[in-house]
Amino acid sequence: MPDLHFEEVSIRYGGIHAVSDVSLTVRSGAIVGLIGPNGAGKTSLINAASGVVAIEHGSIRLDHLRLDRLPAYRIARAGVARTYQNIRLFGALSVRTNLNAGAYRLRTTMSDDALRALLERVGIRPEILDAPAGGLPYGEQRRLELARALAARPSIILLDEPAAGMNPVETAGLGRVIRCVASDGVGILLVEHDMSLVRSICDDVVVLNFGKVIAHGTPTRIAADPAVIEAYLGADVGTQG
Amino acid sequence: MIGFYLQHSKLIDQIGINALLALSLVVSLQAGQLALAQAAFMAVGAYASAFLGAKAGWPLVGCAAVGSALGALVAGLLSYPIGRLRGVFLAIATIGFGEIIRIIVNNLPITGGAEGFSGIPNDADTRWIYGALALVGLIFFSLRNSRFALAMTLTREDEQAARGVGVDTAAIRLWTLSAGGAIAGLAGALYAHNNFFIQPDDFAFGRAEQILVYCVIGGTTSPIGAMLGAALLSILPEVLRFLQDYRDIVNGGILLLVVLFAPRGISALWKRA
Repeated sequence: MPDLHFEEVSIRYGGIHAVSDVSLTVRSGAIVGLIGPNGAGKTSLINAASGVVAIEHGSIRLDHLRLDRLPAYRIARAGVARTYQNIRLFGALSVRTNLNAGAYRLRTTMSDDALRALLERVGIRPEILDAPAGGLPYGEQRRLELARALAARPSIILLDEPAAGMNPVETAGLGRVIRCVASDGVGILLVEHDMSLVRSICDDVVVLNFGKVIAHGTPTRIAADPAVIEAYLGADVGTQG
Repeated sequence: MIGFYLQHSKLIDQIGINALLALSLVVSLQAGQLALAQAAFMAVGAYASAFLGAKAGWPLVGCAAVGSALGALVAGLLSYPIGRLRGVFLAIATIGFGEIIRIIVNNLPITGGAEGFSGIPNDADTRWIYGALALVGLIFFSLRNSRFALAMTLTREDEQAARGVGVDTAAIRLWTLSAGGAIAGLAGALYAHNNFFIQPDDFAFGRAEQILVYCVIGGTTSPIGAMLGAALLSILPEVLRFLQDYRDIVNGGILLLVVLFAPRGISALWKRA
């Protein structure tokens, strides 16, 4: 499966530089954590990679395919799936339709067996297939959004705070699902504030602050980086998980 | 039966044409577009078809095909300048477009201006109207579980999320508006050939408003509901004719009750049952 490359990417909203010269690579089968304080530019990078916002400078490539020149729907069709910081399910539609929406790029309708298997994979009761997605509990809506992304059989998944609002048990379960997805060769870019999840599943971590990369390395190395501790993690990092 | 038909043939034809107009709006509403230019597309189809039938002697099928194609073309061209508009802004812009078309028609010598266009062959009878309605209904039915229908639904529910799963929402908006234009153009052609005479006021804002009410009463995204809404609103004034001066009051009261007790349209009632 192809790799996702950000090369010297800058994003500007009017007079504000949200992201400045960020370079990072998400390799096939790897989980790259993108962390940083609120407003550091994490979601902006995911939005740029999915065609929601334009970049000012640099390039975003899926191997040789320039994603930053494509509209959002073409990026999705190229195999880049995503979830959203604020859940964006098709709330009035059934779970079944939401999953089939995920598979839209494949020009196929999923069988009931495939739909149930996908729900079980992300830890959702398969009997809710015909329930409206908007009526599910918050945690299930988060997992359904992940299932919708998986339904596309993507080569890259961009996850924007998938564990937000989940309890530690649910977060651990989500971590196992994400690890399992990556083991199938899918590259994952994970924006997350839950440091225990980041440390337990990420192969690499990139730390942003004020739109710039301030550290890059393994979760263990990042946790010990003084610049990161000062900018984001806080002095009590050594005592966490 | 024949006596009933002969007595009410004009109303029966009108119901069929109104049902087509309702379908022309439903196709836009299914993709979440509150575009209210259906009367304008109808006018384009009606005048083109009337001209070809009266002046060039074309048969009804050719006139209706050209009327429908021109309705689609005008709608497709309109979709570009209004591409970024949503909700009430889209509604107001399309109402404005409808008025532009009406004023143009009102001032062109070729359309007969405010005096109207007469001498149209009266060859669109009940069989043609309901044949066209059946054809359009069949297309709706055959597409109901298609990828295109899924794309329309996703575009209506959340455009950004729809693009995020690979739906070209701009193309969906273009195609649905054009399809609505084609159906309204066809309805206009049949309307012109069902009457000897058409005039600009036949396609004024009141017509656009009427078409919207068919869909609101029937169900904004249900083709069957919209057709039922068109039938109900076409029949109701006739059924209430005996009330004479009180007819409009009772008619309005009935519509108010439907909106209050079935806000998602009468089609939602049997889905709930």
